[in-house]
Amino acid sequence: MDFLANLPPLVLAVLKGLAVICVIFPIAGSCSMAERKVSAWIQGRHGPNRVIPFWFAWVPVVGPFLQRLGAFHLLADGLKFLVKEEPLPGQVNKFYYTIAPVVAIIPALTTVTVVPFGAYLDQAGQVVPLVLANVDVGVLAVFAVASLGIYSMILAGWASNSKYSFLGSVRASAQLVSYELSLTLSVLPVFLWINTPDAAGTLGLARAVAFQVQPGFWGGMWFIFLMPASALIFIVALFAETNRLPFDMIESEADLVGGFHTEYGAFKWGLFFVAEYSHMIVGSGVFILLFLGGWNPLPWLPLSTIAGWLGFAHYPLIFGIVAVAIFLAKILFFIFVFMWVRWTVPRFRYDIVMRLGWRVMLPLALVNLIVYALAIWALQPAA
Amino acid sequence: MAVIPVQRPPLTFAERIYLPAVIKSMVAITLKHLFARKVTLEYPEQRPEIPPGYRGVPTLVKDPNGREKCVSCQLCEFVCPPKAIRITPGEIPADAPTAHVEKAPREFEINMLRCIYCGLCEEVCPEEAIFLQNVYSLCGTSREELVFQKDKLYELGGTRPDQHYKWDRKKAAAEHAAAH
Repeated sequence: MDFLANLPPLVLAVLKGLAVICVIFPIAGSCSMAERKVSAWIQGRHGPNRVIPFWFAWVPVVGPFLQRLGAFHLLADGLKFLVKEEPLPGQVNKFYYTIAPVVAIIPALTTVTVVPFGAYLDQAGQVVPLVLANVDVGVLAVFAVASLGIYSMILAGWASNSKYSFLGSVRASAQLVSYELSLTLSVLPVFLWINTPDAAGTLGLARAVAFQVQPGFWGGMWFIFLMPASALIFIVALFAETNRLPFDMIESEADLVGGFHTEYGAFKWGLFFVAEYSHMIVGSGVFILLFLGGWNPLPWLPLSTIAGWLGFAHYPLIFGIVAVAIFLAKILFFIFVFMWVRWTVPRFRYDIVMRLGWRVMLPLALVNLIVYALAIWALQPAA
Repeated sequence: MAVIPVQRPPLTFAERIYLPAVIKSMVAITLKHLFARKVTLEYPEQRPEIPPGYRGVPTLVKDPNGREKCVSCQLCEFVCPPKAIRITPGEIPADAPTAHVEKAPREFEINMLRCIYCGLCEEVCPEEAIFLQNVYSLCGTSREELVFQKDKLYELGGTRPDQHYKWDRKKAAAEHAAAH
């Protein structure tokens, strides 16, 4: 770690950026594969299970298993996106058309930097979160940067110069702005709770995790039990923010062909795709950190306690790997829930989406905030 | 037409917040389907079971003695709605073991690019010589390849197990009559 810490800041930043890209891109790709497989299973199909490189077919058990799982379709898909012809429709504004996928991918990958994805114990036994940039603005940075993603949709829809794209992007702007309010309001009680008067104020996500592993019945309780309404509003708004069914008004392939990316193909479309999945990953990551105890396996059972039992508390590497694995497993479960909901609930009508956003979610989030603010004011000892 | 106003019952609170229905169907429907047996076949390895009476590719068949049953009466050719069948009748050589049969096709063509699998040829055949059997997968790389010739039709058709032996019995009856 010393060697890494002594690198020039610019080199370190580049390394971290590459690490993010190298991790998020494959995860987003595997999510697309998982999407195909889960869709197939829910619909009573087998799903993609054909592709296998000939040299991998020689591996006895693992090869056929991965083939049945469709693991190599992922590589085939990626290769296809890379090498297929990039169409550039004649009617588009070429500059904005080309720049829109880039605008989509940059905020999607940037948000990952402030999300802690694991932790280790230092010499003093303190939990140190693993995060690329442990800044105090934390969740604010996530929301601020993630909401930039909407500009890419507007830009793509506008530059495509096609009515379907444009309708999709208009819907995107309306829907995302509507649900962003409830999303942001729903996490405020959590931060009211964790910003106790005796500590420095923070919006950091690691602090939220640390608050869910305190000793005692109330201390060890995850925030999903303490603030179920917040968690519910957050998760519903997250579905709307990531354009997942039942809120995928933006794509709604039945009436809008493909929404804002109708005119896109090949790698540009792939970038939109990866951006959408990164939003899902980061969004569910934030949900897990805020409400589901982050990298701790069970409520009232912090990872450091388990590490103490199993005796790996003093090995930062093992502790870190276990923490990251638990966190990743939770994220993957949430990705699965996204897909599960997708094949359960049909798409809402557009007016229902708007009504739900403004007349149900927003008042609910406000009431929730006020109730928790009053409760925290009443419970907190006078400073 | 009388207008019948239908009373729509107002939605209950549970229905208006969607969530109970969503969670219920997630567990009761989608999750069940996730683990249910898959209904699709993995086609090239697994083939569907062809039910009896299936109307696949028309084929010519032989009787259990290996005699070609078609006597080139051309009824199928005449009945064929898309005119996919063309038969050139031919004589059977006098020294052949089946010389007692009236005729045999010299050429028998079914143009599979025209065939509509209606099964009228099978229905009309007085000799039970043409059958739409269970071949359902058909492809070719040229038009010529998809005009099935006689040898191809017999190869697809194989032998039917029926025990009619119409022509043998006819010959036997004629010999029996001639003996008296």
